[in-house]
Parts: sequence; structure tokens; C-alpha cells
Amino acid sequence: MDNITSLSLTELINNIKNKKISSEEVTRSFIERAEKSKTLNCYITENFESALKKAKEFDNRANFKCKLPGIPIAIKDLFCTNGIKTTAGSKILNNFFPTYESTVTQNIWNEGGILLGKLNCDEFAMGSSNETSFFGNVQSPIDKNLVPGGSSGGSASAIASNLTPITIGTDTGGSIRQPASFTGTVGLKPTYGSCSRYGIVAFASSLDQAGPMGKNVKDCALLQEIISSYDSKDSTSIDFKRNNYSELLTNNIKGKKIGIPKEYRVDGMPKEIENLWLKGIDIAKECGAKIIDISLPHTQYALPTYYIVAPAEASSNLARYDGVKYGFRSAGENLIDMYEKTRSEGFGNEVKRRIMIGTYVLSSGYYDAYYIKAQKVRKLIKNDFDEAYKEVDAILTPSTPSSAFKIGEKTNDPVSMYLNDIFTVPVNLAGLPAISIPAGLDNKGYPLGLQIIGKAFGEQNLLNIAFAMEEKINFKNTIKEWWIK
Amino acid sequence: MTIDLKTVKHISKLARISVNDEKAKKLAGDLNSIFDFIEKLNKLNTDQVEPLSSIAETTLKLRIDEIKSKNIRDQILKNSPSKNKDFFVVPKVVE
Amino acid sequence: MNKNKDQYLITRGKNTYEVVIGLEVHAQVLSNSKLFSSSPTKFGAEPNTQVSLVDAAFPGMLPVINEYCIKQAVKTGIGLKAKINHRSIFDRKNYFYADLPQGYQISQYKHPIVGEGKVVLDMPYGQIEVGIERLHLEQDAGKSIHDMDPENTLVDLNRSGVALMEIVSKPDLRSLDEVNAYVKKLRSIMRYLNTCDGNMQEGSLRADVNVSVKKKDSKKLGTRCEIKNVNSIKFMQLAIDYEANRQVDLIEEGKSIDQETRLFDTKKNMTRSMRSKEDAHDYRYFPDPDLLPLDLQDDFIAKIKAEIPELPDEKKKRFIDKFNLSPYEANIIVSDKETSEYFEQVIKNSDIKLATNWITGELFALLNEKDLEINKSPISAENLSKLMNLIKDGTISGKIAKSVFELMADGNKDPVTIVNEKGLKQQSDPKELEKLIDKVINDNPDKVKEYKSGKEKLFGFFVGQVMKVSGGKANPQLVNEILKKKLN
Ligand SMILES: [Mg+2]
Ligand SMILES: [Zn+2]
Repeated sequence: MDNITSLSLTELINNIKNKKISSEEVTRSFIERAEKSKTLNCYITENFESALKKAKEFDNRANFKCKLPGIPIAIKDLFCTNGIKTTAGSKILNNFFPTYESTVTQNIWNEGGILLGKLNCDEFAMGSSNETSFFGNVQSPIDKNLVPGGSSGGSASAIASNLTPITIGTDTGGSIRQPASFTGTVGLKPTYGSCSRYGIVAFASSLDQAGPMGKNVKDCALLQEIISSYDSKDSTSIDFKRNNYSELLTNNIKGKKIGIPKEYRVDGMPKEIENLWLKGIDIAKECGAKIIDISLPHTQYALPTYYIVAPAEASSNLARYDGVKYGFRSAGENLIDMYEKTRSEGFGNEVKRRIMIGTYVLSSGYYDAYYIKAQKVRKLIKNDFDEAYKEVDAILTPSTPSSAFKIGEKTNDPVSMYLNDIFTVPVNLAGLPAISIPAGLDNKGYPLGLQIIGKAFGEQNLLNIAFAMEEKINFKNTIKEWWIK
Repeated sequence: MTIDLKTVKHISKLARISVNDEKAKKLAGDLNSIFDFIEKLNKLNTDQVEPLSSIAETTLKLRIDEIKSKNIRDQILKNSPSKNKDFFVVPKVVE
Repeated sequence: MNKNKDQYLITRGKNTYEVVIGLEVHAQVLSNSKLFSSSPTKFGAEPNTQVSLVDAAFPGMLPVINEYCIKQAVKTGIGLKAKINHRSIFDRKNYFYADLPQGYQISQYKHPIVGEGKVVLDMPYGQIEVGIERLHLEQDAGKSIHDMDPENTLVDLNRSGVALMEIVSKPDLRSLDEVNAYVKKLRSIMRYLNTCDGNMQEGSLRADVNVSVKKKDSKKLGTRCEIKNVNSIKFMQLAIDYEANRQVDLIEEGKSIDQETRLFDTKKNMTRSMRSKEDAHDYRYFPDPDLLPLDLQDDFIAKIKAEIPELPDEKKKRFIDKFNLSPYEANIIVSDKETSEYFEQVIKNSDIKLATNWITGELFALLNEKDLEINKSPISAENLSKLMNLIKDGTISGKIAKSVFELMADGNKDPVTIVNEKGLKQQSDPKELEKLIDKVINDNPDKVKEYKSGKEKLFGFFVGQVMKVSGGKANPQLVNEILKKKLN
């Protein structure tokens, strides 16, 4: 088989189970392609030798009952992996080797998955373009010098360029859905509490969620059923009934009520996005869904709220990086001097900016005006969704307000960079599941995504709607392999 | 909303991140534009709203009082940039 | 507050100052594992051997709360007659320090698990009530060691994450004696409840002491200083005395007092400003997003209430009512749970009055001298009870009993055995005694003459002589009776 790397996860599994290909062949194909794709800078750490060894071991004692039989998988470098360097895209964690495994990745290995390596991401997942990584930009396979989105930029790029059959990212304000949208791939942010946060380098605890990214909805459904589990090691993990999402997947969504929130028609929204959305509405109708106009009145306050809550939590979550227990240390004359130099040299500008915002909004005299205010507005945003879901089963919006932009285009203007997450952030604030599916191309030929937002714990319904629409949209990513010499 | 240099220096002190004057100036600029955009929240009256206490729709799970972890000193000290056999080592602290 | 008490006042010239004291006691919760991790809490382990990935704040590690620590806090709250809050919230207190691996301490700020309560103190001038402001749960930090390496500070995280109850009093204490009584009372209540072992040498009980001074009879409180982490009652008293006088001196010099955190130097017996914490005094508390609010149901609290044992105040009342102890006696016996249990064991089969005297007298002196807790007493309750009965039934005299007691102290021997082996039984046979008395009378004809001629106080001399020749064993009562008959 010569097109192994372009197969979907589901196809790969079938081929391995039918013994048409071996885990070793699959693993070798992805490794070979990675060797030719260094330009994309997807990997921070390669685990190729060990992956091949594990693949051979699998082939020798194949267990086809596993859900991921000998499937090699690269993952975002925000998941702690036992004995494998984990950096979170930061200098401050360069040379950090965890002695433990995140629950989500452990779930993958338990089902026969094999670690290919650790994928690039924005530093501590803070960014929307993968430009804040200490390990450099990630190139989007879509076009030269195009950002893949962020923070799971390495993951999105790796999926789109066939470097891994499936991957996992994390989504705090859109970090799975926005890069999926930018690269013509599928990305699911599950309900808060669905996937354990144990062993994931924390950015903002009340918003972070791990989720699958893949070539299609079915692959993501399968990975979701694997990574989602109740975990007593995470106090915010929720004990609810999880489905075998991929088995129960159906394109029959007749009569489902899909809400269209008028507040997402933001000022200055490009015509292309508007058209994409209309196209999505038509397709949903074609699938038999009922379209209902709804209102999410506090939408415009979501981004300002997010930029209080997320930095506040981050400023505290990142206090542990102090040069004492692990990671980078800069020599100092005394303890405080050591802290200040370590953190000044160890963190990049965006991370420092957010730590400063977070420190400020929590500091005495500002806590009520900012942090408490934001928690109140967050309640209102959640109430909006609760109200809407009395009427509808899901909500359809564009994933992003624009297609991917060029590297360097927005680095000097943090606010315009933050505006990228305008459609994805409300979902994190409300703890809901949402998926981005590719739905078309803009006039530059860059992919555009549609976001479907579900009810809490309603991943199955969400995936079904995405599955049905995906079929009708029949999107084809047109990637010219410009980076392969 | 204006965040001046003095404030930036104060926050950087709290956050234990040293910032030189030039960087502080740049940061002040960034923070001001970000806070201009955050100020939008003030348009919204939230007097009657209870702040959200947690987004996880569950109750706090309680752990049984059992010792489960063993002595893993080697693992604990392994990644430290400065240590000896028993301890983490940091520059002298003067109270 | 009682008006007649001896006040702790500081006088300078014609100004008299009153000292106002509040305590934030940190009591280590008795539990097997830590507050948010499953590593052990045992004291004295090798450095960094009781540290989990959670305690050392590795990336991606999350807190999971220990149910037993919650129960212990609720139990203590009930013991302090305090309000148990149905909803409490864990906050992060953010600051950087070498032994604080997370860069924040998980504590409770605006919504503690226990609200207002009170503690009653028995002072020589009567009872006083000290208000409890709150009790909250929080994590202990690790230990920074400054004196092992001349160049560096060493960090041991064994304590990191151990559960503490911070018990905050109202500024109701007015003297060093009251501070002493308050800390002892808290300790006593927690030991009764088995929620804290109260071991101050091992740091299970420490206090931050808030001190301010004000002109006597003035209503307005002065500016207070907080003296951090004082780990013995003696040091608390020395620190308060130094600090109060320092503040009075400042006021007398017309200077103002800065509200600040100070440290007590146990070598110089003085407090000094803690410079290192000054610039980082903004703790930026906010609810820990890794945890949810703690909701306690009524039945959870009711179950704990049902487990509350009789506490010192109630026990004291019972001892006074039922056993006729004086308030003073009752107080010293109930202040320590083990002592009160020992007492009840002894009096089960012996005379209460006698046992009370012996426990508060001889036994306490012995324990004090040997520096032992009562549960390590060389004399068991059972044997002390036997000794009491030997006295009561006249087998031995009180005086002999003291030497028997001393022998018992050397190895918890049964007093009956000692009395038999050493032949210490009291001579109560009148015929035998008569022989001894006759000998004494015959040996001292001059004294007999003097006595008979009216020098009656010589009677004591004869008793003494008889006791002497009997080796102390003669039954003094019988000796008296027989002597009287013979001499008159
Ligand atoms: Mg304190
Ligand atoms: Zn405390």
C-alpha cells in the first residue's frame, strides 16, 4: 500500500485488523513522511525509534480487540508522557521528563496506540497561530507561511499533512476548533469534565479540555470514546455515562432543532464567512434538521470575560515554574532574584503578557471589578445557552471570523489576535461540547470551518449532526505538497 | 483605564518576572489596549448576578484517607536543576 | 469579660496601656494522608521521602480532597461550639516561596468550613469567653533549611500538603496567662476529639500572634502586628511581651506603628520585621478552579455530631456534680483527656477524695519530675487504685504509702506485692502494739513523770517513739488509743 498516510483512522484500523498492513508498515510510513516534512516544524520531540520498536512488538503479539490496534499517534506536547520530554512549547520546561503519564494519553496506549512523538503548540497553549512556541512557528500545509492556527497548531498541521492519522489537542478558548478550521480538519472540544485533565500542563483550569482532532467526524468519535473517562485524580472530572460514540454514530438527524444565534453576526464579518454560514444552514436543512433563530444576548461579552478568567487562572497555574523543582533555572544572587530571572528568561512574551494580565485582575483593589465581574458575566453567558437549549438541540455558527492568516500578520497586535477566538470562546466559558468541521474554501483557497455547539454531555448528538453534515458537504482539502522536496 | 509604568513594575514584582524599562513600556502599551477592550464589561449591569462558582456540573468528590504513594524521592528530585541527594537546593534565603 | 481580673498592663509615666491579643492557631489535622494527596503525614521521615507528584506541584497534577480531613475540621468546629458552614470554598493564596511548590497555598478565604464559635477559659478571677472568628482548612508548606549549607537554602517537601486547621480567635485575649490558658484549652479540646495531637515540639500546633496596644479604657484598637509562626506557649508569651512593650515605646516616642508581619527571634527573645515578605503582600486570593465548592449535607454533619465525645467543659461539670470535686481539682483533671480517663479508672474501685489528692499531688509530681505524659505513667491506674485501698482499709499508713508509691514508680509493681515482700503491713494487733508501747514507757521514765505532771504535749513524743521502734508500721490510730489508756 503506498497511500498509507492518507488513509483515515478508521481505514487504517480495518486494514490492520484484516492483516492487509502491519503496524510496523504504518508506523514506518508516518515516520518517513515526517522525515520529509521537517519544514512544517510539527514535531518538538520525535519518538520514532521507540514507536517502531513498539509497532514490531504489536505485530508479534497482535491484539485486534484493541480499539487502536498498533496505530501510531503523535500528540500535542501539552500532555505529560512518561519518560518522554514534555515542554508545553516553553523554554521553561525544556528538558522536563515526566515520570508519569496523563490519563488521556494512557487511555490511548491502553487501546493499543503507539506514541509517534510530541507536537508543537503555542507556549502553554497561549496563542491562536502557533507563533508563541519556543520551538518556532509551525507551517500550515495549506500554504507557505500560513499559520496553522493555535494553540494546537502542530496537531492540526500534522493531521492536514498526513503526519499522524489522528491526534489530540487541548482547547481552552478554541485551541482545537480554530486550528482545525484553519487546516480543513475536524476538531472536537468535549464537554468540560469529559476528559481528565490529570497530567495535562494546565493553562486555565476551568476552561481546559482535551479533545480529538482528525480527518473526519467518525475518527474523532472513535478517539473521543477512548480518551473520555471518569478520573478520580481530577476533581472536576464528571462521572456520566459515556457512549461508544463511533458505533452509535448516525447520519439520521431528521427533526433535530438547530439554533442560529443572531449575535454571531458580528460587525465586519467577511462576506465569505457569512456565505459559509448560510451554506451550513442549507445543508442542515437538507439533512432534515429544523432551523430556529435564537438569541445568545451576552455573546459580545464573552471575549472580554475570557481575557480575565483565563489569564487569572494562568497566572496562578504558572507560578509553579520557578526554577526549583524542574525545568529551566537562571542563576540569581538570591532566591527572589533567581525567580525573577528564571521566569523572565524562561517564559515568552505572550505568556508573560497573560501572567501580567492575570496578576493584575486578581490584585487587591481590582479583584471585584475584574475577576468577580467576569465570573458574573460568565454565569450570564452560561444562562444564555441554558435558555437556548430549552428550544434547540444544537447551535450552528462559523468556527472563526476569518480564514488562516500569514505568519507575522498579527503578532504585534494582541487584541486582533485575540479576536480570532470570538466564536469559540463562549463555548469554553459555558463548558459545552463543540466541533469544527471543514465546510468550504475562501477565495484564496484556504479552508473555512463550521462550528456546531451541543448540550453538555451531548457529544453523541453533536457528532451525529456533524457526521450528517460532513457527508453532505463532502469537503476535499486541496493540499499541494509544497514542502516535500 | 491607563496602566502606567509603575503599575507594570508592581505587577511584575508580584508575578516574579523581572522587566526592564523598555519591556515595561511595551507591556504597558499592550496591557492598555487589552484592558480598553475588557472595559466593555462595565456596560453590563451585573448587580443581581451570582458569580459562577464552578463550570463542572458535579459535586466535589471526596477521597478516602489512605496512604497510596510510596517514597519516590528520586523521581521528585530527578528534574530539579539544583539538588543534592536529599534536598532541592535554592539560593540562600535571608529572612 | 470579667471585670475583676488582674490585668496585664504596661505603664509608662502617667500612661497605662492595655494589650490586645488575638491568635491564629495552626493545628495539624490528625490524618493518615495529606489534604489533597495520598502521601503520608508522619513526622520525622527522611527529607523528601513523603512527597508525591501532587505535593511537589508537577505539571498537570491536581488536588483531590481527603474526606477525613473535612470530618476532622467539622468535628473541631463542633468542639468549638461553632457554626458549621454548609458551603465552603477552597481558594488559592498566591505567593512565591522556596517551600511552596505550587506558588500558591490552597486555603479557605471568604467561605471557611467553620464560622463563629467560642472557647471558655477558667481563670483564677473566673470564667472568660474567647470568641472564635473562624476555622478553615489549608495546606502546610514544606520546610526551608537555612543552616545546613552556608551558601544555599535546602528544601524538604515532606510537610508540603499536610492538612492544617487554622483557628482564628477574636482579639479577646488580654494577658499572657489568658494566652496560656487559651492555647491549652484549644489543645485539650482537639486532643479530646482526636483531631490534632497538639504536639508543639513537632510543630503540630503553632500560632501567628496578633498584638496591639491601646490606652487603658480607650475603645479604639491600636494598629496590630502579626508575629508569625511561634511554636511554644513560652515563646508566644515572650514574643507578646516584647512586642507590646515595643509598641508602647513607639507610641510614647510619638511614633506610629506599622501594620506588618514580624518574626520572633528565639535566641534574642525579640521580634523583628520580616522584610522578605513585604513586597509580596498581595496574595491575590481566588477560588481554586481545580476544586469545586464543598457542600456538606445535614446528615454528614449529624453523623459527626453523634461521634463527639464528652468534652472537657462537660466532663468538668460532671466531675463536680457527681464526684464532688472542687472546680480547681476538676479543672486540672479534665484538662488532659488521658488524665481524666486515668482518674475515672482509679476511682472505679477506690475512694474518690483520696484518689483525687494522690493523683493531683504525688502522681503529678512524679510525672512532672520524670517529664512523662500520663499515658506513660510508671504507675498504672489499676495499681494506684490498689494503693488507695491499702490506705483506706488500714493495711498501710499514708506515710508508708508514700514509700510504697516510690517503689511502684520504679517499675509498676503491684502495691500489695510490695507491702507483702517488704513486710510493710501496718501493725494493728493491739497485743503487739502494747508490747512496743510498754517498752517505750519503760525506757523513758523521766518523760512519763513529766507528762503525768501536766506536760501534755509530750504525748507526741511517745507516739513518735512507738512509730520509730515499729519501723513506721504501727497503726497510728491504735497507738494513740493504747498510749492514752496506758499513760492516764
Ligand atoms: Mg496568619
Ligand atoms: Zn494559615
